[in-house]
Amino acid sequence: MAIWLDENSRIIVQGMTGSEGTKHTRRMVASGANVVGGVNAKKAGEEVDGIPVFASVADAMAATDANVSVLFVPPRFTKDAVDEAVDARIPLAVVITEGVPVHDTAKFFQHAQNVGGTRIIGPNCPGIISPGKSNAGIIPADITKAGRIGLVSKSGTLTYQMMYELRDIGFSTCVGIGGDPIIGTTHIDCLAAFQEDPETDAIVMIGEIGGDAEERAAAFIKDNVTKPVVGYVAGFTAPEGKTMGHAGAIVSGSAGTAAAKQEALEAVGVKVGKTPSATAALMREIMTR
Amino acid sequence: MDLYEYQAKHLFDSHGVPVTPGEVCTTADAAHEAARKIGSTVVVKAQVKTGGRGKAGGVKLAETPDEAHEKADAILGMDIKGHTVRRVLVTAASDIAAEYYVSFLLDRANRAFLAMASVEGGMDIEEVAATKPEALARIRVDALEGVSEAKAREIATAAKFPPEVVDQVVVILQKLWTVLVEEDATLVEVNPLILDPNGTVLALDGKVTLDGNADYRHASHADFEDRENTDPIELRAKEFDLNYVKLSGEVGIIGNGAGLVMSTLDVVAYAGEEFGGVKPANFLDIGGGASAEVMANGLDIVLNDPEVKACFVNVFGGITACDAVANGILQALDMLQSKGVELTKPIVARIDGNNAVEGRRILTDANHPLIELVETMDDAARRVAQLAAGK
Repeated sequence: MAIWLDENSRIIVQGMTGSEGTKHTRRMVASGANVVGGVNAKKAGEEVDGIPVFASVADAMAATDANVSVLFVPPRFTKDAVDEAVDARIPLAVVITEGVPVHDTAKFFQHAQNVGGTRIIGPNCPGIISPGKSNAGIIPADITKAGRIGLVSKSGTLTYQMMYELRDIGFSTCVGIGGDPIIGTTHIDCLAAFQEDPETDAIVMIGEIGGDAEERAAAFIKDNVTKPVVGYVAGFTAPEGKTMGHAGAIVSGSAGTAAAKQEALEAVGVKVGKTPSATAALMREIMTR
Repeated sequence: MDLYEYQAKHLFDSHGVPVTPGEVCTTADAAHEAARKIGSTVVVKAQVKTGGRGKAGGVKLAETPDEAHEKADAILGMDIKGHTVRRVLVTAASDIAAEYYVSFLLDRANRAFLAMASVEGGMDIEEVAATKPEALARIRVDALEGVSEAKAREIATAAKFPPEVVDQVVVILQKLWTVLVEEDATLVEVNPLILDPNGTVLALDGKVTLDGNADYRHASHADFEDRENTDPIELRAKEFDLNYVKLSGEVGIIGNGAGLVMSTLDVVAYAGEEFGGVKPANFLDIGGGASAEVMANGLDIVLNDPEVKACFVNVFGGITACDAVANGILQALDMLQSKGVELTKPIVARIDGNNAVEGRRILTDANHPLIELVETMDDAARRVAQLAAGK
């Protein structure tokens, strides 16, 4: 099972012929992912490490039965590339690209809603991994193992940190949803999917300052999630008005503070760790009792 | 990037949104000259990127050029909520028959845009939203459909604009939407939008936030950059293309990944409580697959900050394995030394993740006098706080 990505996932890479695309395609393949093709209109017919390059997402899907696309396309071309994947009705599009203008994201997200049939993860995210089954993106596969914890995080390296801290227990699926102001898959989407997934027993949710996604996730947990959830929020000491690396990570006025997020999560029974290691310890307690 | 009022109004004007004419001045003499040219009563307005400047005494009426000189002299250099006033905007004073509010903004929760409008403008709109929510119309705007005339009319009607101004407001709303889209803004706000005694609707104030990710398609936005109010270390970091934010403490922070670095700031601040309130001096994210050169640039920036007493390098080796990270740190110090940078501040390093054992072995074997290796993030934070406190 796992969520959205498993041993039946057939992955294509949009932007596979670029340097980042090639590097991470090799890493995905090395970690056991089934990468069946790449897309580049100008290099159709060529191969990268024996993986065929197609002219379009539609061509690639017709030839390979692909059901996941991972995008390593530069920011200025990302919107058109996502629209192409959506129009081809790919079930999952994982947008790794950092630095996409938010108006472009708003448009491709709306287009995906209008067309239907495609889940978008990202942009500006590390991707999704179901350890031992498949890996779509840039998350390192060898720092953890398969298990029964579900993980959702806005931050890439905090995802890796948590996967590593709990490597002896292992994960069903880890999703890096990205830190941009508009993202295709939210904490709530992941919580709902983990709640339904028979291979997930408990959930770690990592948030950070900015917006109110964590507060809305808390409201969702209250009504819909019965599995234990452990939370972590980064940015308690971040000053107001300074963007902390992610375009979405900014405290404006009283909105978006880490303290408000922690309070909202704790109010619905989510245990919130003060540090990543304390958070891992809370999850360890749940999984080993 | 948030814009100053005068910059926002410049964008409004270039897209045909009616604004009061005015001139931005950096000296009282220039304010005098601007008032003389306008030839009527003027308003002298402090240009700061924060609200509440009226209450703070940063907005004054002046009936004569001499008075404008006097008011500008008082406002320039003033501190408003920690922002030093370096410019004033001198505009013709308008008689006001009514004050309205309109804005377009990114709606993160609904992953679309939102129009907000009210006929009760002028005051703090968050207060209107809290105390009289029925007075603030909120209409979702689809990113692909945008604001047509019909949509603008829907917004104006929902906000109950009086019939005699609706047509003007509809045009202004469409133009403000054009500002939002064509300038890649995430916020366009007019508070107040006023009705003058002649029946003309115009923007008396303006707030615009631009999306930095879209800078590549707006060469002219570079002119809006506020270099004189940017920390000099931040400017230098920007030249290196580093993701750096200056903070007020003593512990230099370098890490990979925005979330991990934010988390590092927290952990250091918690540990610092034990040592007299030692705090992080900066946020610096060198990215997921950072090279020795990027690490060297980062150390260069952080170690050259006179407020930094000790530095914490906190790296999780994911894409880049820890042996490469360890070699990167050592090479970075060599690079700095060969550039003649004097290295005296202690560096606490924590490297974890992929190939951590080998990475730690490399650092241990190197036995560098400035580097102290600590195994966990929590212990490393405690050690660096202790070093920064001089204990």
